Amino acid sequence: MKKTKILAVTIFSAIIGLVAIAADHIDAPATQGTSADITDFYAFQGEDTNNLVFVANIQGLLSPTATASATFDENVLVEFNIDTNNDNIEDLVIQAIPRDGKMYFFGPSAPASPGLNSFVNVSATKSEVAITPYGSNAIVATQNNMKFFAGPRDDPFFMDFAQYGAILAGNAPGFNNPGADTFAGSNVLSIVVEVPKSSIGGSGTINTWVEAKAKQ
Amino acid sequence: MKLPILKYLAIATFSLFVFSCNNDDNMNQMTTDFSGTFVQKDQMGRPAVNTVFVSSASKNTFNTTVPSQQGAAFQSMFQTNLMGLSPAFANAVDKNALGLDAASFTGLLATDVLNVSLDGKTTFFDGTNVLTGRALADDVITVELLLIFGGEDFSENPTLSNDNVDANDKPFLTSFPYLASPW
Repeated sequence: MKKTKILAVTIFSAIIGLVAIAADHIDAPATQGTSADITDFYAFQGEDTNNLVFVANIQGLLSPTATASATFDENVLVEFNIDTNNDNIEDLVIQAIPRDGKMYFFGPSAPASPGLNSFVNVSATKSEVAITPYGSNAIVATQNNMKFFAGPRDDPFFMDFAQYGAILAGNAPGFNNPGADTFAGSNVLSIVVEVPKSSIGGSGTINTWVEAKAKQ
Repeated sequence: MKLPILKYLAIATFSLFVFSCNNDDNMNQMTTDFSGTFVQKDQMGRPAVNTVFVSSASKNTFNTTVPSQQGAAFQSMFQTNLMGLSPAFANAVDKNALGLDAASFTGLLATDVLNVSLDGKTTFFDGTNVLTGRALADDVITVELLLIFGGEDFSENPTLSNDNVDANDKPFLTSFPYLASPW
């Protein structure tokens, strides 16, 4: 991380008075502030209700100044995991990994083996989208009946996290009304994928989670 | 060399070039390196679970435990932390509005996956549907605070069960990519 970015992040954090973060922002010491820190995960029905949308956000609490220089790490693989038979073991994965200004996507496909270590499944359905630069309109790719986006977005998470911290620390009896959104005015790096439901189980309930994995 | 032969050679060379490059996938796989082993650093299913329920010393371990093993490894810690955190779970008979006592609620949460319906509305909780997904506008923190602090009917500990931040600071888009443009 460049010094200017560290400075910007530090100043920004000081301004909004943060100590530690939810929803999964800066959740653990080993990932905190790294390019493999997942801040949030969403899964919801698309505008076309035949589709499901997955969102993974990483590198949270980017100030507008820091956002321009924030980049996806080419050594970090982001993996959407999909369990279709309720054993909490992934049956399908969608892999996202950046290379030279593009985000490449593989899947949905069965992983070579489930668990903590992954290879990029280059024989799976391959799609790609140019990473949207800060300040540009969203670049969206439609390939293989799926839609793809990668780039900076407003952090969609909202919470009075500062007050929650004050309550836990014993410095406040409860929340304020109105509360203050600790994440207002901050950005994240987002990966958004919209896939046909038919490609991830079709009907019923899936269990899903997102992982960040670093090249060994 | 006679001109016609040159011409044929040129055409043949050009055809070879075109043939070898017109398959974009093959070209990319030849030129872009995706090799290597990628080792897990972070994972997430439901919002705020690691942040709220996992003790500091175990947060990294939680991120590198596969979901199918999280329940056995972490349910007991979750229950201890929940009962220490919330007056609404201070007594053994206490339940939340989903009718879950401390053991069953933390049993649900310890396996940190997001349950998503492929058949209809996807929401964390909208008063009717429970855990059928997570939409951008869902006020997931207030839902979790209500389930942690709100007691059997959401009426307990009112100053702890709502952070009074109910919406994002920018409106979401109705179309892909759905998230608002950055600040």
